[in-house]
Amino acid sequence: MKHSLIRYIGLFLATTLPLAAQRTPDAVIELTDEIRDPRIAVPEILGPTSSVTDPVEHFNNELWKALEASGRLEMVPRSFYPRSSPGKPEDIQRDETKMPEDPARRGFYLRGWEDVPVMARYLVYGRVEEVNGRLALSGYLADVTQESVEASYVFGKLYYSEPNVTGAREMAFEFARDILQNLGLGEGLAGSRIYYVHKEDGTDRKEIWAMDYDGRNKQRITNYRNLSLTPAISPDGRRIAFTTYVEGIPKIYLHSLATNRRLPFYNQEASMNSMPSFGLDGDSIYFASSASGRSQIYRADIDGGNLRRISYSRSLDLHPSLNPRTGAEIAFVSDATGTPQIYVMNTSGANRRRLSNGGGDAVQPAWDPTGERLVFAWTRGYEIGNYNIFLVDLASGRYTQLTHSAGRNEHPTFSPSGTHIVFSSDRLGSQQIWSMRADGTQLNQLTSRGLNESPVWAVR
Amino acid sequence: MRSKQKIILIAAGIFLTLFAFGCRKEAPPPPPPPPPPPPPAAPAPTVGITAEPSSIERGKSATLKWNSQNAVSAEMNQGIGAVATSGSREVFPTRSTEYTITVRNADGKTASASAMVTVRAPPPPPPPPPPKPDLSEAFSSASIRDALFDYDKSDIRPDAAEALRGNAAALKTLLEDYPSAAFLIEGHCDERGTTEYNLALGDRRSTVAMEFLVNLGVPASKLSKVSLGEERPVCSEQDESCYQRNRRAHLRLR
Repeated sequence: MKHSLIRYIGLFLATTLPLAAQRTPDAVIELTDEIRDPRIAVPEILGPTSSVTDPVEHFNNELWKALEASGRLEMVPRSFYPRSSPGKPEDIQRDETKMPEDPARRGFYLRGWEDVPVMARYLVYGRVEEVNGRLALSGYLADVTQESVEASYVFGKLYYSEPNVTGAREMAFEFARDILQNLGLGEGLAGSRIYYVHKEDGTDRKEIWAMDYDGRNKQRITNYRNLSLTPAISPDGRRIAFTTYVEGIPKIYLHSLATNRRLPFYNQEASMNSMPSFGLDGDSIYFASSASGRSQIYRADIDGGNLRRISYSRSLDLHPSLNPRTGAEIAFVSDATGTPQIYVMNTSGANRRRLSNGGGDAVQPAWDPTGERLVFAWTRGYEIGNYNIFLVDLASGRYTQLTHSAGRNEHPTFSPSGTHIVFSSDRLGSQQIWSMRADGTQLNQLTSRGLNESPVWAVR
Repeated sequence: MRSKQKIILIAAGIFLTLFAFGCRKEAPPPPPPPPPPPPPAAPAPTVGITAEPSSIERGKSATLKWNSQNAVSAEMNQGIGAVATSGSREVFPTRSTEYTITVRNADGKTASASAMVTVRAPPPPPPPPPPKPDLSEAFSSASIRDALFDYDKSDIRPDAAEALRGNAAALKTLLEDYPSAAFLIEGHCDERGTTEYNLALGDRRSTVAMEFLVNLGVPASKLSKVSLGEERPVCSEQDESCYQRNRRAHLRLR
């Protein structure tokens, strides 16, 4: 938990050294206070002494993990905390009152959290009770650096859940999202879902699965008993589009995630319709089709109608990804130079330009939520087929290398919060899904069974 | 009592019979006729026989023709029996057979002649037309080869062109025998590209292979194509020889 300086120096060296070896000074990370995460204390929230002990314990674990996983907060370890903590705002003592000698009572003073050894900026506190067979959480957030009790109050809210671990987990996610939003730190990861392609060992079938941000609650989405590939999720998280071979040739299928029913999508006559990507409002789909004889970029309404060809090139154009902020640009892959490279063009097809420098294979572009950066997989500096994850800032054109592994690290996509990246890697042998912070730190393996690839991170 | 009467009746029958014969013997015999004068000696018979043709295939027939003089009767062996003194007859011997005709004149003098009918084994029956193999068998025994590609490429290399020329000839032959056959060209990639790029690249490999076959006269209507990207490798070793086997345009029956 030593912050950041050491971590960033390490990151700085890690990102720049391999590039320096190629005399390409791409990565520059500035060491400023701005990137220092606020320290937050999250003491265990107490519940009623009854049968709901397990759900309350679960709630505390999930809340901690959800806040930690946001990547926007520095979690102060509990061993530094005072032995007590407030359950409601009225418990908090004014700072002008003399701090008690009894350490058990220090937790009721703002300074008990602000001072050494906790040195927190924020304190999460509250109480869980049982109300009519349900759990009721009164959850609060305090800024312990404020002068007065009144000023320290950030927000408080009442939450209800079923008295079981599933309900407790959802309640923790909700509270964590509110804490992050009240601090202006985005939505966090809790509640988001990762969709990916799963292949069971011993079969040659691939199905789309989904899981929570932390790899929990894995759930099969498709059941075509065939090859289903390249999932994409609509911005509202309600629909999934993917490629499937269920009709013998690759076609795009659309499902509602609420009902998991197939929705109509007209596939134009082509040996391949594939790699769907949703438009901003979710009512259009960009995709690659070989209708013209080779893969080119097309756009269609959400039902496949109003088809429009966007790219007119003599090369292979594929894997479109729409800028989620502007909705006006498409990042895609083209092999016009002989190897696959990252390109950007307007949704009209105009202003087509190459972003990657032509070396190696540069593929799988995905935008960050600000629409200012792209993450992609690149073999630069490595053997053919050995991809690493790179980030490119569109304004400056600077690259940052985020992974440095000898195997394949590919198919990166940003979390909706923009703080994290999910990707697949075979660094431990088989291809599995991993997440990391958008700076390449805090690696977290999310799958381990079978083969898993092509993850996309959705809001829900 | 009854048996006594029977015996009496039988005895009476015997007696009456003997009596009747005794009466006939006693009638006077007629005088014998004078012997006829001896006839003049008949001329000696002659006979000739031919078989036409003299050599036949088993199951075919030959015609025997014969002529005789001074004969009053004629007889053929081989179970044929009495025949006209001059005539012809169709025979169906199953093996080589000598036919002998014997004629007889009025005096009982005989003459014989023979004709040989040689029976050849029929030529071996033309082998029955071999049963037509089913299409998938015919396809798998046709020498169809994969067209192989370089990494990231869909150009037809000389070795791939050779393979495709052979494939085109094989497909055209198959289509003559099986006019309803149709074929699928699969484009495949090695595992080093990405899922998405390999879908597009496999598609183009299947397209160029299909165009090549169509240019060599395989009807386009008999061909279709699909990209399988990197999803269906034939091997999984991580070395160039395996990568090369996977970078292929592969033909199969549709």
